[in-house]
Amino acid sequence: MAEGKVKRNLVFEFTKGLWGENPVFRQLLGMCPTLAVTTSSVNGFSMGMATSFVLICSSTIISLIRKLIPNQVRIASYIVVIATFVTMADLFLKGNFPDISKALGPFVPLIVVNCIILGRAEAYASKHTPLQALVDALGMGVGFTLALTVLGTIREILGSGTLFGVLNFEPWVVMILPGGAFITLGLLIGLLNFIKERTGKPASAPACPID
Amino acid sequence: MNKLTRMIVVLTVIGLISGGILAGVYQWSLPKIKANQVRATDEAVFKVVPGVKSYRSIEHDDLTYFKCFDKNGKWVGTAILCQGNGYQGEIKLMVGVNADFTRFTGMTILEQVETPGLGAKIAEKSFEDQFRGLAARPPIEYVKGVAPEKPHQIQAITGATISSRAVVNIINKTVEEWLKAK
Repeated sequence: MAEGKVKRNLVFEFTKGLWGENPVFRQLLGMCPTLAVTTSSVNGFSMGMATSFVLICSSTIISLIRKLIPNQVRIASYIVVIATFVTMADLFLKGNFPDISKALGPFVPLIVVNCIILGRAEAYASKHTPLQALVDALGMGVGFTLALTVLGTIREILGSGTLFGVLNFEPWVVMILPGGAFITLGLLIGLLNFIKERTGKPASAPACPID
Repeated sequence: MNKLTRMIVVLTVIGLISGGILAGVYQWSLPKIKANQVRATDEAVFKVVPGVKSYRSIEHDDLTYFKCFDKNGKWVGTAILCQGNGYQGEIKLMVGVNADFTRFTGMTILEQVETPGLGAKIAEKSFEDQFRGLAARPPIEYVKGVAPEKPHQIQAITGATISSRAVVNIINKTVEEWLKAK
């Protein structure tokens, strides 16, 4: 019985990041990379993967050492852990995917200050077991990656007129420019809110549990 | 252990572990990153100077250029790395000239952040190809809306005159510096 409850909780911890508390569409966190790098689906996906990697690793590590870290220096400790994984991701991309690294530019090193990661560390990982923190980070990471890939795909189709090289129409340049990011994100959030209202699902638990 | 020592010890240990891990990852990725940079330069040099088999890179103050040789070791041309300001940010490009400096042999944009769909067209083949076979002297000029008449002219991209002009100016300026330096 108790085991069943833990399992169901873990499923919830995972799925909340995808829909009910999606970091981009519901929590509106990490807007800077969301708006800046989603000019193509590949860029959006790569940024999502890099952020997920950092999020999953740092959440797990922070949860593991949460009892060793004195309260007064916790943020400093979190940032050091996060920065370590960000630098690893940056060097990995530079070494193995130079084109993607070039396209993402300074936004990979800037994952250090991405509020999703510090947010999950402070609000969740520092108060839960490593397994829960891992599942939570996995859900948030997948949710973030999905959101960025969707945004990137829409902007790529409309803005460059390219997707698998089969489309052929006059591209809508504004969609590649910063303005297109705001328009697409706004419309997508509106659409999701509309769906949520229609389906009438009860609001899920807050992303930052107070306990 | 009192609070203060504990804080210092924990932060120091975390910092040391991070530093150790990062040093390892850096060592592992450094050769790959270097190899990528070399490959990028190779590609650009081979693209702008036809028939090149080997090259020697020369650095002179801020100027970097590559003396190119064919398979018999004969000097066939020079690839010059140029950079300067475009419409929105820095443009970095490579331009090739033949050995007796009568013609440009090619041009390729390495980095640019011009407006997508407009200025970014400077990196498209149709614009880059205009520089192949272009007369090296007098300095390059650009014309708007009409086909170029003189051998040292190129046609600016419609709607992106500033970016086109930037490319021309960057090349002209760097080539002058190179002529003085070589």
